[in-house]
Amino acid sequence: MKDILNELERRRDIARQGGGEKRVAGQHHKGKLTARERIDLLLDEGSFEEFDMFMAHRCTDFGMEENRPYGDGVITGWGTVNGRQVYVFSQDFTVLGGSVSATHAQKICKIMDMAMQNGAPVIGINDSGGARIQEGVDSLAGYGEVFQRNIEASGVVPQISVIMGPCAGGAVYSPAMTDFIFMVRDSSYMFVTGPDVVKTVTNEVVTAEELGGASTHTKKSSVADGAFENDVEALYEVRRLVDFLPLNNRQAPPVRPFFDDPERVDASLDTLIPDNPNQPYDMKELILKVADEGDFYEIQEEFAKNIITGFIRLEGRSVGVVANQPMVLAGVLDIDSARKAARFVRFCDCFDIPILTFVDVPGFLPGTKQEYDGVIKHGAKLLFAYGEATVPKVTVITRKAYGGAYVVMSSKHLRGDINYAWPTSEIAVMGAKGATEILYRSELGDADKIARRTKDYEDRFANPFVAAERGFIDEVIQPRSTRRRVCRAFAALRNKKRPMPWKKHDNIPL
Amino acid sequence: MFDKILIANRGEIACRVIKTARKMGIKTVAVYSDADRHALHVSMADEAIHIGPPPANQSYIVIDRIMEAIRQSGAQAVHPGYGFLSENRLFAEALEKAGVAFIGPPASAIEAMGDKITSKKLAAEAGVSTVPGYMGLIADADEAVKISQQIGYPVMIKASAGGGGKGMRIAWSDQEAREGFQSSKNEAANSFGDDRIFIEKFVTQPRHIEIQVLADTHGTCLYLGERECSIQRRNQKVIEEAPSPFLDAATRRAMGEQACALARAVGYTSAGTVEFIVDGDRNFYFLEMNTRLQVEHPVTELITGIDLVEQMIRVAAGEKLSFGQTDVKLNGWAMESRLYAEDPYRNFLPSIGRLTRYRPPAESAHDAAVVRNDTGVYEGGEISMYYDPMIAKLCTWAPTRDQAIEEMRTALDAFEVEGIGHNLPFLSAVMDHPRFCSGNITTAFIAEEYPDGFGGVSLPKEELRRVAAAAAAMFRVAEIRRARISGTMDNHERTVGTEWVVVVQGERFRIAIDADRQGSTIRFAEGDSHRVTSDWTPGQSLARLEIDGEPLVLKVGKSPNGYRIRTRGADIKVAVYTPRQAELAALMPEKLPPDTSKFLLCPMPGLIVTIDVEEGQEVQEGQALCVVEAMKMQNILRAEKKGIVASIKAGPGDSLAVDEVIMEFE
Repeated sequence: MKDILNELERRRDIARQGGGEKRVAGQHHKGKLTARERIDLLLDEGSFEEFDMFMAHRCTDFGMEENRPYGDGVITGWGTVNGRQVYVFSQDFTVLGGSVSATHAQKICKIMDMAMQNGAPVIGINDSGGARIQEGVDSLAGYGEVFQRNIEASGVVPQISVIMGPCAGGAVYSPAMTDFIFMVRDSSYMFVTGPDVVKTVTNEVVTAEELGGASTHTKKSSVADGAFENDVEALYEVRRLVDFLPLNNRQAPPVRPFFDDPERVDASLDTLIPDNPNQPYDMKELILKVADEGDFYEIQEEFAKNIITGFIRLEGRSVGVVANQPMVLAGVLDIDSARKAARFVRFCDCFDIPILTFVDVPGFLPGTKQEYDGVIKHGAKLLFAYGEATVPKVTVITRKAYGGAYVVMSSKHLRGDINYAWPTSEIAVMGAKGATEILYRSELGDADKIARRTKDYEDRFANPFVAAERGFIDEVIQPRSTRRRVCRAFAALRNKKRPMPWKKHDNIPL
Repeated sequence: MFDKILIANRGEIACRVIKTARKMGIKTVAVYSDADRHALHVSMADEAIHIGPPPANQSYIVIDRIMEAIRQSGAQAVHPGYGFLSENRLFAEALEKAGVAFIGPPASAIEAMGDKITSKKLAAEAGVSTVPGYMGLIADADEAVKISQQIGYPVMIKASAGGGGKGMRIAWSDQEAREGFQSSKNEAANSFGDDRIFIEKFVTQPRHIEIQVLADTHGTCLYLGERECSIQRRNQKVIEEAPSPFLDAATRRAMGEQACALARAVGYTSAGTVEFIVDGDRNFYFLEMNTRLQVEHPVTELITGIDLVEQMIRVAAGEKLSFGQTDVKLNGWAMESRLYAEDPYRNFLPSIGRLTRYRPPAESAHDAAVVRNDTGVYEGGEISMYYDPMIAKLCTWAPTRDQAIEEMRTALDAFEVEGIGHNLPFLSAVMDHPRFCSGNITTAFIAEEYPDGFGGVSLPKEELRRVAAAAAAMFRVAEIRRARISGTMDNHERTVGTEWVVVVQGERFRIAIDADRQGSTIRFAEGDSHRVTSDWTPGQSLARLEIDGEPLVLKVGKSPNGYRIRTRGADIKVAVYTPRQAELAALMPEKLPPDTSKFLLCPMPGLIVTIDVEEGQEVQEGQALCVVEAMKMQNILRAEKKGIVASIKAGPGDSLAVDEVIMEFE
């Protein structure tokens, strides 16, 4: 009997060795951890339950029958992050280069099906050479099955992809459909076609890092939501993110004990807005001072910096924050910022995370570049996302809220639940100077007259009270009280229910 | 007594004067420039009057503006603070003419002491010891030797027109005097076209020690002990203390009596300071007299118990001093650290901007210690480019020098300043410097001990263990909180372990934590242990802990798997790992900081407003390079690292597209 039990241990040992000592050393040499080591860091210690440890491929072409390692290049199962269940797959680059076979894909599909059934997030750790060429179309079919599950799981359970090595070709489209993609600097890259193909087709000479490294995808393409220094830091930060997310779309976002007074008043916010209306200020200071314990988990920090997106907690509860950033391009809305914020708003709405919006927006960015690239459709994405979001929406206008951009930024007209404005806000169709130049075109030659007209316009419209008179602003609040007011607003909205008309799905302008 | 006084100053000193005036029941009037509209002194005063644009020469030092504010407010007296108009004879005269009391000395005394040569002459006549020297023309080397002998070696041979060390020689013997005279003369002729030379005593191991005097209009003149101000950086005082660790009672009395003799000789009233340079043998020589309240006056107040501003007001109102020389007792030790908005890591480059966080340590006073903070700023306030970068003076008092230093260390650790660069780490470093602690200091202390500038602090091993113990205890508390999130699997919750590995400053500490209701005992693998108690909760940016009963104050910031900790001048990342995490973290490669591009690119389509540097100029990390206006907003572009500007490709008024090159670095 003992021998039979020992046989299990023996086989487990073999499986745990992955690609063997030499390949593991190679992985470490590249600054990367192994698939199992990564799972150790991602999950609570001792919580990992593995499935399909002994699964092996059944390919018999190209001599593959001689090489049938346990696990087939991916480790799957579930475990907990701070006691909450998550499903995980971690591709093992030391076993057949982590290449995706029909079997490999089957393992991933199995835990995705479980995750959806049991209502827990899926975290995928990607480190794969791509399709297993020996398997041909079987491998592609495997990808397809994973893609379909990514799509079905979208909006049902949170899906997080961590790219910790190569991720190329069709393989990129699985992470692409998940909610968040994180990368590791210098050891991960993602592209549809690699540098060699690029050179053959377009004659462009480019390195893998330039083409699809963490810097490219966080700053230029916006494919990735964040990048970290190494595997240890990346997985620690993924755990931090999981703490903000609900396990599925039927469960409320998590609540955790907090040590910050919801009534805390911050007098320094009274001086956040500079005297000079053209001087920028850092909107992040407001976010950090409103958040519980100054804790802010930023999403897409390096991309479209004119808008800020990320998670905070208020009274221990997750809240998604969207804020214009006056420090960058005056906080203007453009294609990139609208796309970035729209996707974030939709994520929050999927998973019942309330949305807090801080507004200081001078309008949409003018120019041929923007118009040719379709700012109309892309700008509409954010408008659409806010309008369709039925989660609690609280908005605070700090300074400028001009024109169409005012309407877009979670205004009352898009069913903002509670819309506050600081006394420094200017809610108007445009800035005073621009308005005067249109209204009093005939007087443009007379500088004194124009200055007087501008002053009149400022006195009448450069404040929150015109909007407040109409009920577009629920209340004008002191900057110092923002945390208290916002906390109470969300508290009052905890039981919000707002049904939308039945539809198969909407048709957001993609 | 006056009903209302005007304070012709700003910043901390204006606030300081307002405090005493309020205590005396006197109403206060503040003045302010455009840049100070929201300043602390404005909100503290009973009334405030606008006096002009930000530059001081259009506001704070325009006598007419101040006189107009006086008329408008009906103030009966003016306290000038320090700097600005405080030593301006014309201002004192204008006040006299207007029948408004000047809370300071008579105009004649300001004038007499205002000129270096006249004041030195007056001092010598009053029997004050001055640096021996010969001001006349020296004909030849023989005469130079004769004069040098009379003065006594070592002597300094200097070119009259000299500067920057050129044409300057130090001579310790006749031969050196002869050679030095000749070479100085040649060098002076070549460099300045003026070969006049003079000789004076060279003061070795110089210390800057000054005597506080206080005189009334009824003939009483007292000295209130000394202040040692030897810790200076490029003639800017950084740390002061009272008393001096160097003076004995006899020297103190001699200096005090000479200072009073000088004050009497010029008919001095109010508070004033006579500065001396003191050599290694306690010989002291007159430098100059400051006819105003000194920046560092609080240390004198702390050891004498006398409120100098109150005495100045009383003297100005014609009152007699209510105490005599024998009533002046020096009690305990006081330290002052000047908090400057200057970045010590960037060669003390002035830093401006918004104070996103400003939390000084709590002021307190009891028998064993006093913490006092004279400040002119507040959280959310703006540090502008127009005025002195000093934003606060943190003072501590304790019965002994060692205790006062220890109080200062803790107080500096608890001082939270964010949003601007500041010299807190440097002040902490000096407070821990063995030479400073020994009291063996000279005016060359900073230049000698930090010849390459300030590069930060590494904590000594024992301190590091205390910090590691604290961080581990804190991290464990935070992890337990994380595990208490909602939605966990019943019966399968995360158990936070007791074994940890702390990695800090390249050291790894394997520890185990025994926690109980009162605190945690951190056992190190080597066998020793530390007891940590604290009321810190996750998210607090300041942690006050006790390690084995001794206080430890940490500024706590975010860092993956741990904290960014600032204490005792050090700024370090502390990682707290489980043993398994530590094992894996050790496999992670060390990464070099990324190579920032050699170009400054325009980050947005915009208009260049100003270029703030020149080709060939060396720039420090964080220094403003140019201003780009986009969407009617001005954006300051800063240097990402230290470097030299090789070429500038754009000028003011240029309209640039995104990623166009503005300048190139070498």
